[in-house]
Amino acid sequence: MSGRLFSLPLALVCAAMVVPAHAATIEITMENLVISPAEISAKVGDTVNWVNKDVFAHTATAKNGDFDVTLPPKKSATSVLKKAGTVEYYCRYHPNMKATLKIEP
Amino acid sequence: MFVRWSAAIAAAILLSSPALLQSASAADKPTDPQIAHIAYTAGVIDINAAKQAQKKAKSKDVKAFAEDMLRDHEAVNKQALALVKKLNVTPEDNDTSKALSKQASDKLAELDKLSGAAFDKAYVANEVAYHKQVNGALETQLIPSASNAELKSLLQTGLKIFQGHQQHAEHVATELK
Repeated sequence: MSGRLFSLPLALVCAAMVVPAHAATIEITMENLVISPAEISAKVGDTVNWVNKDVFAHTATAKNGDFDVTLPPKKSATSVLKKAGTVEYYCRYHPNMKATLKIEP
Repeated sequence: MFVRWSAAIAAAILLSSPALLQSASAADKPTDPQIAHIAYTAGVIDINAAKQAQKKAKSKDVKAFAEDMLRDHEAVNKQALALVKKLNVTPEDNDTSKALSKQASDKLAELDKLSGAAFDKAYVANEVAYHKQVNGALETQLIPSASNAELKSLLQTGLKIFQGHQQHAEHVATELK
């Protein structure tokens, strides 16, 4: 009886450990032709919420080809980070907009 | 008063001389409705140039550049229209806008006679010159003269984006050589 009561919470804890417990959502904003933060760290499995506050269309394009997100004016989009590494990315339409995303394993 | 300023600016625009642009700053300032009209006109001019390039350009890079111009200038002008509506301001035509339009229609006609690589080169060279001219006017005249804070801020955003366009045009121009 007491064993069964104990096992349910334990199973939940174990399940939580299998699904990465630290999967987080980070927000990266594009406003007035600036990407902020200019440098941010995240982990594989985390979600990036890209927010475009400008009236201009932007992209978040990885130099190494890992991602290419298109952001229409005043829209946001999400992407899940799948690969570790330090990724430099920029906006294809406004190449002066540059930033770095450090993705830890 | 404004005539003096606009005549000087018009001359500066026609001659594309930075020295003349600066000497014009001694004259009277344009008003916000005039600034709005100049900025909007400048946008329309580049939109028309981009539309012409979309039809005539041969190079993939030039076509992509024209598409970028269309997207950004339409966005700025849409914002400008929303702002004048909000501020209840009617943009006022003036000699600077007229000089800009005249210069632009002459350029459109000139470029229309060209085709292929010759068109690409001439269009991009004009984009470099035109953005330089507009950025110069924004920096030395329009932004300092704007009295409404929101108009000033929109012009500043415009300057930032157009400086990027100028760099982009300069880059494309180098690639075409």
